[in-house]
Amino acid sequence: MLDESAELSVSITQIVQRLKGTHLHSQLEKQAKECLHKPEIKLETLKDDVRRLLKASGWERKLQNAVYRELHILPPPRHPRAPPEHTKEPLAYMRKAQVNWEKRILKSLNSMCTELGIPLARKRPVPEQNELTNKWNEMGTDEPDLSKFRPVYAPKDFLEVLVGLKNPNNERSEDLTVRSHWGLIQVSLNVRDIPQTREMYPELGLTYGQLGIDDHTHVPPDLFESEHIHIGKKVVSEHDSAAAQQYSRQGCPTGLRAQLWSLILNTTDDPEAITHYEQLKARVIHHDLLVDNLIYKDVKLTASNDDYYFVFEDYLYQVLLCFSRDTAVLEHFNYNCATPPKSCIQSKSGSEQCAVVYPPNGVIPFHGFSMYVAPLCFLYNEPSKLYSVFREMYIRYFFRLHSVSSHPSGIVSLCLQFERLLQTHLPQLFYHLREIGAQPLRIAFKWIVRAFSGYLSTDQLLLLWDRILGYDSLEIVAVLAAAVFAFRAENLMEVTSLASAEAVLADLSTLKVMPLLQIFLFATSV
Amino acid sequence: MYVCWVEVKDDGEWDFNWCDVGWLRENFDHSYMEEHVRISHFRNHYELTRKNLMVKNLKRYRKTLEREAGRLEAARCDFFPCTFVLPSEYHIFVEEFKRSPGSTWIMKPVARSQGKGIFLFRKLKDIIDWRKDGSRSEEQKDEAQVESYVAQRYIENPYLIAGISNTFSLSIFSLLDLYIPLKAWLYRDGFARFSNTRFSLSSIDDQYVHLTNVAVQKTAPDYDPEKGCKWQMQQLRQYLTAKHGFETVQTLFKEIDNIFIRSLISVQKTIINDKHCFELYGYDILLDQDLKPWLIEVNASPSLTASSQEDYELKYRLLEDTLHIVDMEGRLTGKEKRVGGFDLMWNDGPVYTDVGLEALGSSCLVENTLLGCVNDRQKQLQQLLKPFPGQKRT
Repeated sequence: MLDESAELSVSITQIVQRLKGTHLHSQLEKQAKECLHKPEIKLETLKDDVRRLLKASGWERKLQNAVYRELHILPPPRHPRAPPEHTKEPLAYMRKAQVNWEKRILKSLNSMCTELGIPLARKRPVPEQNELTNKWNEMGTDEPDLSKFRPVYAPKDFLEVLVGLKNPNNERSEDLTVRSHWGLIQVSLNVRDIPQTREMYPELGLTYGQLGIDDHTHVPPDLFESEHIHIGKKVVSEHDSAAAQQYSRQGCPTGLRAQLWSLILNTTDDPEAITHYEQLKARVIHHDLLVDNLIYKDVKLTASNDDYYFVFEDYLYQVLLCFSRDTAVLEHFNYNCATPPKSCIQSKSGSEQCAVVYPPNGVIPFHGFSMYVAPLCFLYNEPSKLYSVFREMYIRYFFRLHSVSSHPSGIVSLCLQFERLLQTHLPQLFYHLREIGAQPLRIAFKWIVRAFSGYLSTDQLLLLWDRILGYDSLEIVAVLAAAVFAFRAENLMEVTSLASAEAVLADLSTLKVMPLLQIFLFATSV
Repeated sequence: MYVCWVEVKDDGEWDFNWCDVGWLRENFDHSYMEEHVRISHFRNHYELTRKNLMVKNLKRYRKTLEREAGRLEAARCDFFPCTFVLPSEYHIFVEEFKRSPGSTWIMKPVARSQGKGIFLFRKLKDIIDWRKDGSRSEEQKDEAQVESYVAQRYIENPYLIAGISNTFSLSIFSLLDLYIPLKAWLYRDGFARFSNTRFSLSSIDDQYVHLTNVAVQKTAPDYDPEKGCKWQMQQLRQYLTAKHGFETVQTLFKEIDNIFIRSLISVQKTIINDKHCFELYGYDILLDQDLKPWLIEVNASPSLTASSQEDYELKYRLLEDTLHIVDMEGRLTGKEKRVGGFDLMWNDGPVYTDVGLEALGSSCLVENTLLGCVNDRQKQLQQLLKPFPGQKRT
């Protein structure tokens, strides 16, 4: 076993390794060199002087932010003899389930490809390239025939996989007792209960001010809101990622949110980011991928039909098409227990087949995928900025919502946490719903998979995502799902079928997220 | 809310009449109305709502303001695009047209609504052809007025959401209680109507692109009623705040207030003031890329049909609160600054919010309008409206 200090030095080495050769590194070197020309520098105290100057000019802060970002995506510490798959996902049966699931969706994708006779990837002829370049800002006006395409999978298919997960070492009896788990998830993972969640989310407590509660009309702004906004402006001017993350726990003011999230995710306005985006755009122009059609179809079916997100249709194409081609996303498989899908692509000569990662970013979109991007369109309107923010949110959080793992923010844990919270605190309701054939997870799953995007009204959703970023965890999504059931418990107790239960919970657009969370976590007796 | 109104049949005596302008024209002058009776239009509302008359009134007001208060003050009336009434101002129009070659103009019939008869043009040749065109004379037969069209400079840099192709115009509701002294309310809810297809100056023939009237959109070939081309005002306000910051948006909404107030003041002396009358106006406002609001049109009979459930609820609330202000039952004191979703915008002078003890630290006055802000009207109405004597409070 590695002791703590050894682990720390391993992490440090890893981070230094990752930051070496980045744009930031070369900028720092350049800045350091320029410092040498300054009169304050003395040879005897060279190192300290340069350090001091870099700190004063804000470069140390940038480095801090970069390191902070790397900490977020650092792979878990590993034993030197453990294979990487075991580090990413220690439980064998989970690994197996993920592998099987991947096989299934890849098969589905390939068979669609064969059935429709459309190549997985194809180089666009030049006239088509030109046409696309001209139409880049309004791809939504295109009405291609998408009837033959079906989404590769929908959340409910994935739910069946999760429901089927079984720990081979755990014998479960079929009897329904007070001690048994009444929900659909049949594996036992360590998930937080309410007392533990309270410890994890202290700033949501009743004695702290919150945006989403204490900025309500009848609360005088001097009580909390004005001061909070004032602090927010300071945080933004300090360019401090860690401070922004801490700040976000109590909510981000609408006027500052875009900058705050950008800070937390350390997405800079570097020319490097813009160049990268332009390169991706060029790839979209040159090659047509089969998954592009899936993206089109998804956007048309989901975001375009949404009352508020329909406006952003074009942005969604611009982001998602580029996303599919971004091989930098493959990095997240260092800590994602999934493996990027590989397909056989005919080489130019036609004789060989080589397995390449397909789609290039290793992520096969599913029905509803575009809803991860849609709320961000409210905050960012330069496509490259929007893209950077989305990509960072995906590789930190969203990927966990559709891969099978035991991670506390993984979809399995979230579903289990939701069910356990419900069973512990609303046992009558859970029992009743079970009896009428309306397992709560069947209704809540779609909310959890999308982190509530498209179900809550936008301002409430953004308040929720403030906390996902602030606490660096998706658990709040599971807690909210339980809180919603608690809120509508009275009506749910009256229903007698799954369909009526769905109807009671169909419209969440009027819900106020923060009061619900606060009541559920801090005003429920445990 | 407990309302027990009875619909009157045919020629029965009525206390409240939500009439259409046609009825008004025919009957107003012959009707005797008792003191308590209320009717939903002012006799000559068209001074504000007909495009040629509105332009005339605004121009006259602007001139007066310039004479009395100087250029800077008069410049605050520069919220309507350069407009000329045709055919009477045809020659001045041609002068201005020639001064800015290549710009786009829009031709609108003065008395039509719902986007009928509107078209864009860039060359004088287009309207010369149009004047000779037989189809116009048909419409002229309907018009009693000689001056039946306005030519207006088209706003070529509208604010586009998602930076791309969606033009939208704002629909905001204002309730006019009295003209002298001027008492006007502003409703917090409203919406932004999007054009269903993409904006581009190259497609000026496509009237579906440039006109955001829902009536026109509904006939566009790719109109999808399920799609709902509207955003609630709250959404828009939040979007703009997230993009441009709180202060910029605050300024923008102050500018919008300015449009309402000045347009009303400009017709204050022309409109026949009658305490029986009240009127609900629908203002159409367009934003340009510099976040400057422009007044496009004022409707005295804003469309109250709903295109979606959300829309229905908005209009329902709007009507309900209108009736609360009209206050047939006499439940209000007349000193209220807010009734439901309506905030008192102007009461013979600017209206400011009540400054609470807690906020005494900030010494600046805050205008009493809250367009696009939270509309917690139910609670406010419960506190405001006392129950009838003998009635239990629900």
